[in-house]
Amino acid sequence: MDFTLSPDILQMRETVQTFIREQVEPHATEIEEQDEVPFAILEKSRQLGLFGLSIPEQYGGLGLSMVDKCAVFEELGKTINGYTTIIGAHNGIGSVGLVEFGTPEQKLRYLPKMAAGEWMGAFALTEPEAGSNAAAMTTRAVRHGSRYILDGQKIYITNAPYAHVFTVMAVTDPSRGPKGITSFIVERDFPGLRVGRIEKKMGLHGSHTAPIYFEAMEVPANNVLGQEGQGYVNALKILANGRAGLAARSLGSSQYLLDKSLEYSLQRQQFGRPIFEQQILQHYLADMATDIETLRWMTYRVAWMADQGMPVIKEAAMLKLYGSEVYNRVADKAVQIHGGMGYIADYPIERFYRDARITRIYEGTSEIQKNIIAAQIKKDFLKSR
Amino acid sequence: MKILVTVKQVPDTATKIQIRADGQGIQEDGIKWVINPYDEFAIEEALRIKEKQGGEVVIVALGPSRVEEAVRQSLAMGADRAVVISTDAAVDPAAAATALAAVCGEEGFDLILTGKQAVDDDSAQVGPMIAANLGLPQVTVVLKLEVDEAGHRLRAERELEGATEIVELPYPAVVTAQRGLNEPRYPTLPNIMKAKKKEVRRVSMDSLSLALDPRVTVNRLFAPPERPEPTILSGEPEETAKELVRLLHSEAKVL
Repeated sequence: MDFTLSPDILQMRETVQTFIREQVEPHATEIEEQDEVPFAILEKSRQLGLFGLSIPEQYGGLGLSMVDKCAVFEELGKTINGYTTIIGAHNGIGSVGLVEFGTPEQKLRYLPKMAAGEWMGAFALTEPEAGSNAAAMTTRAVRHGSRYILDGQKIYITNAPYAHVFTVMAVTDPSRGPKGITSFIVERDFPGLRVGRIEKKMGLHGSHTAPIYFEAMEVPANNVLGQEGQGYVNALKILANGRAGLAARSLGSSQYLLDKSLEYSLQRQQFGRPIFEQQILQHYLADMATDIETLRWMTYRVAWMADQGMPVIKEAAMLKLYGSEVYNRVADKAVQIHGGMGYIADYPIERFYRDARITRIYEGTSEIQKNIIAAQIKKDFLKSR
Repeated sequence: MKILVTVKQVPDTATKIQIRADGQGIQEDGIKWVINPYDEFAIEEALRIKEKQGGEVVIVALGPSRVEEAVRQSLAMGADRAVVISTDAAVDPAAAATALAAVCGEEGFDLILTGKQAVDDDSAQVGPMIAANLGLPQVTVVLKLEVDEAGHRLRAERELEGATEIVELPYPAVVTAQRGLNEPRYPTLPNIMKAKKKEVRRVSMDSLSLALDPRVTVNRLFAPPERPEPTILSGEPEETAKELVRLLHSEAKVL
C-alpha cells in the first residue's frame, strides 16, 4: 500500500495552507462574532478553485480523486469550521448528486457554474418529522404533465441562504415507502421556493443553515435526478460519498488542536516547569496523537478504497463515526490542557470545542452510523455462512 | 510579447539555515525550497503584461533536480512553459548569468524579467550580468513598469534612496523587480492541475559548452557571532541614566 500523495496535491495543499493563513484566519474573530463569512473571502475562495474540488474537469472542476479531496479537506479542517462547512457542503452533498446521477444535459446546465462557485449547492433531505428516519418524509411531488408540483418543508439546510441549486428529496408515490421517494434538482428562483430564517447555532458560525419551504413549487420533469422512485437510494449514496470528506475535516481540526495543545503545554509554566512535564499531560497528548494517527490511516485507506471502486458503505460509516468521536475527544482534552485559556472566547480552542459537537450529528448521527455498521456486518456474516 | 522570467529556487525565508561541516555551503537536508520572492514579483509582472497585451511567458531556471518544484509553482501561477538548465554544481553569479543568457538568447524574447536579487546569497548580479552578456539595456530595482508596444519602449520607476527615478528605455531589455512592483497571485487549484501538462524543456549545463570558470569562490561560511547577554540596569533613574551613558561611551563606543 502506497499512501504517498502526488506532487500536485502536495502543492495544492500548500496553496490552501497559505491561503488560509493569509486570507481566512485573520478574519476568525469577525466571522465568529458576526456569524457571517465576508463576501470577499468567499470570492477569493472561488478564484482559488475551492468550489470545484469534486466536479469533473470537463465541467470546469478539478475532478479530484477521493484521496486528493481528503488531503484538501484535511487542510481546510485546520481553519474556521463554519467557513469550511460552506465549501464542504457544496463540494460534498450539495453537488455529488448531480455529478453521480445527473444526465449530460443536467450536468452541462449546472456543473460549470457550480465548479466556478457562481452557483452554490445544497442538499435538502431532513424534515421536521423526518430526521434519522429520512424515509418518513412528507414533502410531496405530484406530476402534472411536463412538471411536478412540490409542497412541503425541509429544515437544517446548510448553505440554503446562498445556494442556487438544491438537491431535494420528495415523495412521488406515498404507497411505496422509501421506494416512492424521488430526487429533484431545484433552482432557487423556481416559483414557490422560499428560504426561511437563518438558525442561530451553538457553533459553525459563518455557515448558514435555514429551513426551506415549497409552496406549490413548480419543477420541470427534466429536473428529476436519476429515476423516479430512486430518491432514497440516491440520498444514501450521496451521504455515503460525503463521509470520507467529513472525516478528513475532523482529522484536520483534531490535528490543529493537538498542535495548539503541544505549543501551549510546552510554554505554560506551573510548579516551576512547563506543564508538558506533568506525566498526565503527556498521556493526554499521546492519546490525542494516537487517535489522530489512527484516524489519518483510516481516512486515506477508505478514500483509496472508494477510488478503487470498492464498496465502502461499512467503512465510510465507521470512518465518519470514528472521525467525529476523535474530534470530540481531542477537543475535550484540548480544553482541559488549556485550562481557563481553553474556555475563553478570545482563543480558538473554545470555538473548535463547540464546532466539534455537530460532527456527531450532521450527515448521519453517530448512532445511525453504528446502525449502518451493524447491518453491514450482519449481512457479511450471514453471507459467509 | 514574449517574456522570459529567470527564476531561482532559494531556501524558504522561514527556514533555519545550518552551515555544512566543510564550511563551503549550507546543509540542504530538510530545507523547504521556494521561488525567490523577488522573482515572484517578476513572474506576476510578466503574467500581467501578458494578460493585457497577449504573448507568452517562459520560465528559465537553473539548478539541480529540486528546482523543478519552483518551476512547477511558476507554471501553476500561469506561465506557459519552462526551460530548466540542469546542473548539480555550485554556480557563481557570473556562470549562472552566462548560462541563463545563452539559453535566453537561443529562446528569443522581447523582455527578460527577474528579481532584483536572490534572498539566499544576495549578490544582485545575475540580472545585470544577463543584460551585459546579451548587450541589452537594463533597469533594476523596479517598482512600476509600463510597456509601450507601439513605441517599443519601457517606462520604469525605480527605487532610489529617498527618491524615485523614472527611466525610459527601448526593449528588448532586462528588468529586475523590487518588492512593491505588484502582489503575486496564488497559484489557483485548476492552474496547479494544468501546470502538469505544460512543457518543461531540460537542457544540461554541460551541453551548453560554455566557459564557466568561477570568478568567485566561497572560502568559508560562518554564522554571525552570538549576541552577548543584555545588560539590564536597575536602580534610581538618575543613577541608571548615568551608568547607561557611561556604558554607551566606554563599552559600546557609540557616544
